[in-house]
Amino acid sequence: MATSWQEIVDLGSRSPSAVATAEAEAPEERRGVFKRLRESLSKSRQALTEEISSSLFDRIDGETWELLEEALILADVGAPTTAAVVERLEHEVESGAVPADGVAVRDRLIEILAEVAGTARAPIDLSAEPAILMMVGVNGTGKTTTIGKIAWHLSREMGLSVVMAAADTYRAAAAEQLETWAERAGAELVRGEEGADPGAVAYDAINAARARGADVVIVDTAGRLHTQSNLMEELAKVRRVIQKQIPEAPHETLISIDATTGQNGLRQAKVFSEAVEVDGVVLTKLDGTARGGIALAIASDLGIPVKLIGVGETLEDLRPFDPSDYANALLAE
Amino acid sequence: MFDQLSERLQSTLSEVRSRGKLNESDVDAAMREIRLALLEADVNFKVVKAFTKTLKERCLGSEVLESLDPGQQVVKIVNEELASLMGGTGSELAMASSGPTVILMAGLQGSGKTTACAKLAQFFGKQGKDVALAACDVYRPAAVEQLVTMGGRAGAHVYERGTEADPVDIASWALGEARAERRDVLIVDTAGRLHVDRDLMAELAQIRKQTRPHDVLLVVDAMTGQDAVGVAESFAEVAEFDGVVMTKLDGDARGGAALSVKAVTGKPILFASTGEKIEDFDKFHPDRMAQRILGMGDVLSLIEKAEQQVDEDEAEALQEKMRRDQFTLDDFLKQMKQVRKMGPLSGIIGMLPGMGAMKQLKDADVDERELDRVQAIILSMTPQERANPGMINGSRRKRIANGSGTKVQNVNALVKQFDQMRVLMKSMANGRMPTPQQMAQLAGGNQRGPRPKARRR
Repeated sequence: MATSWQEIVDLGSRSPSAVATAEAEAPEERRGVFKRLRESLSKSRQALTEEISSSLFDRIDGETWELLEEALILADVGAPTTAAVVERLEHEVESGAVPADGVAVRDRLIEILAEVAGTARAPIDLSAEPAILMMVGVNGTGKTTTIGKIAWHLSREMGLSVVMAAADTYRAAAAEQLETWAERAGAELVRGEEGADPGAVAYDAINAARARGADVVIVDTAGRLHTQSNLMEELAKVRRVIQKQIPEAPHETLISIDATTGQNGLRQAKVFSEAVEVDGVVLTKLDGTARGGIALAIASDLGIPVKLIGVGETLEDLRPFDPSDYANALLAE
Repeated sequence: MFDQLSERLQSTLSEVRSRGKLNESDVDAAMREIRLALLEADVNFKVVKAFTKTLKERCLGSEVLESLDPGQQVVKIVNEELASLMGGTGSELAMASSGPTVILMAGLQGSGKTTACAKLAQFFGKQGKDVALAACDVYRPAAVEQLVTMGGRAGAHVYERGTEADPVDIASWALGEARAERRDVLIVDTAGRLHVDRDLMAELAQIRKQTRPHDVLLVVDAMTGQDAVGVAESFAEVAEFDGVVMTKLDGDARGGAALSVKAVTGKPILFASTGEKIEDFDKFHPDRMAQRILGMGDVLSLIEKAEQQVDEDEAEALQEKMRRDQFTLDDFLKQMKQVRKMGPLSGIIGMLPGMGAMKQLKDADVDERELDRVQAIILSMTPQERANPGMINGSRRKRIANGSGTKVQNVNALVKQFDQMRVLMKSMANGRMPTPQQMAQLAGGNQRGPRPKARRR
């Protein structure tokens, strides 16, 4: 059962007029989503699929757990989270809570992984009017592209009016990139000069949104490494500028994490969260061979849930995250 | 989490010393620590497995078993093995004997190709070469504009034909132009692509065929996890890359991907990109990377950074002043500015060995604003006051506080701290190490415990 955009976005009291039409075609589409995710996650048969085939649990002994551990580590789940998952499963099998039967163990593994992946699950909160969504993350993780796609879904599928704030005033041509997306999405773009104060751009965008009665403001920010304290401070300042206009904003802050990221992803999520209170993760570039296991570590360690995933280049490839689909796809053959 | 491998190994192997002998289970325990540290650093699982196997054999040899400090010895071996796995020192780019040297850049989306292109251009530009860039990323919106802007900053000419043309055609055309205009180096920027995307990989192979580059460089994000190996293998097959550019090494990622890529493909890491600015780019040092992966700090890089930023004569003069106890607040200000030129303090701390383990230091946000405040206070003093802080009485303190937008307490604290520092410096300049208490007081700012006797000798 895949999660739909309507389920992952909390629109509050807004009329779901456009939503209804999208829902109508859902069943067909849902199967498609599942298939697509599985396909994209199993493009490489070297990673998990090879290690965790159903035959892994045919004979359960020390080697089984070792191989399972290997497989999870190769998926970038990280040593501590891997150990926790494997220990739990091993304990349940040994205590007899889960029958020592290949299929049962495998099913239970999927359940546990889904549970970890679904830690602190919550929708994207766009119930405020206007709702402010801020996008943060390290350079090259796909912030601008993700924002473009989110805007498209909100605007074209849900009929919301969207204002985009090009607050990445640092990277050359970032605003132009966002402009292309704004056109595709039919969203309005507010931008400043290159090198302008990002807070000022966000401020102007919120003003513009209020003047026009827009539903959502999406704020793009410059990519920055979490270790650059001055840039992290700048990000916190953008947040404070937004809060001066709307105290409870940003209503949703998302961090984009590249699925190919290793254990450093945990640090990224932690440090960004300390600076700007991150509500969720967008796991991008899952269409490669990377499994994005770092998302499990982020959810279990920091309680920050994955909300969206990127499984390809097209607009439809930005998808609501579904923990059990993800766990299933991780182990898909 | 697994920062101080060295420390953990010491503690794992510490009881051995009392027994005087290392046995196989001791070594196994050590291997477990090493394995975790490497995995935490994103070294590929399979590489780790093979590596710890080799390592174990060496550790069971006599050099460790008979050493007085097995922990230290194991660390040393790990370090050596890692460095050799990473490729020793000094691999170089192949350069054309005549005509432009063509360098093709490839990599996944977001690995930092466009930025790396501009940085590489700047790198060659500094050597007096005439560099041009070819904009072959026609897919990502505004990628061409980004290259044009960044290439301009790097002082390179950019050959671009918008986003309508075919990347393969652009590349061949740019090569023709570069030849006609007698450029020394042509760097070809390509679109980011997934290694599993057949069409785009075929296009890359085509660009390679058409331009016959002297070097193909794979751009790899230092934060990449276990998948780095798969990516590198695919690119090696299609683009037959000659070397790797590691990007985003200024973060706190340990960069185990570097090791994995080298181990699996045998291709050396040639360059490292270490910051936002265009000049933050340099040749890669395998031995330093080994230490970074192990969480052992990077003192060499720190020294190099200091060398670049600190004027040697000035440093010499300061040293002399310290020795003679003539160090003034002006000198202090100068020194502080020099240190800050090296980048944010938190970054500098990270390069010091052992600091990674000291939790309070590692996670301490070194408050740069605090330093701004100190600067403001000193700048609000008269030259006489800076030279002789002893003369700063109550009314002067009030004036300074007003002038710098701080409080009298801040001024008091600074004057007091400076006094202590001077004592410390004098003893250090005379070859005595400060006591831990002295260091703690200096670092702490708000001193608890007994104050040192700030009497001049």
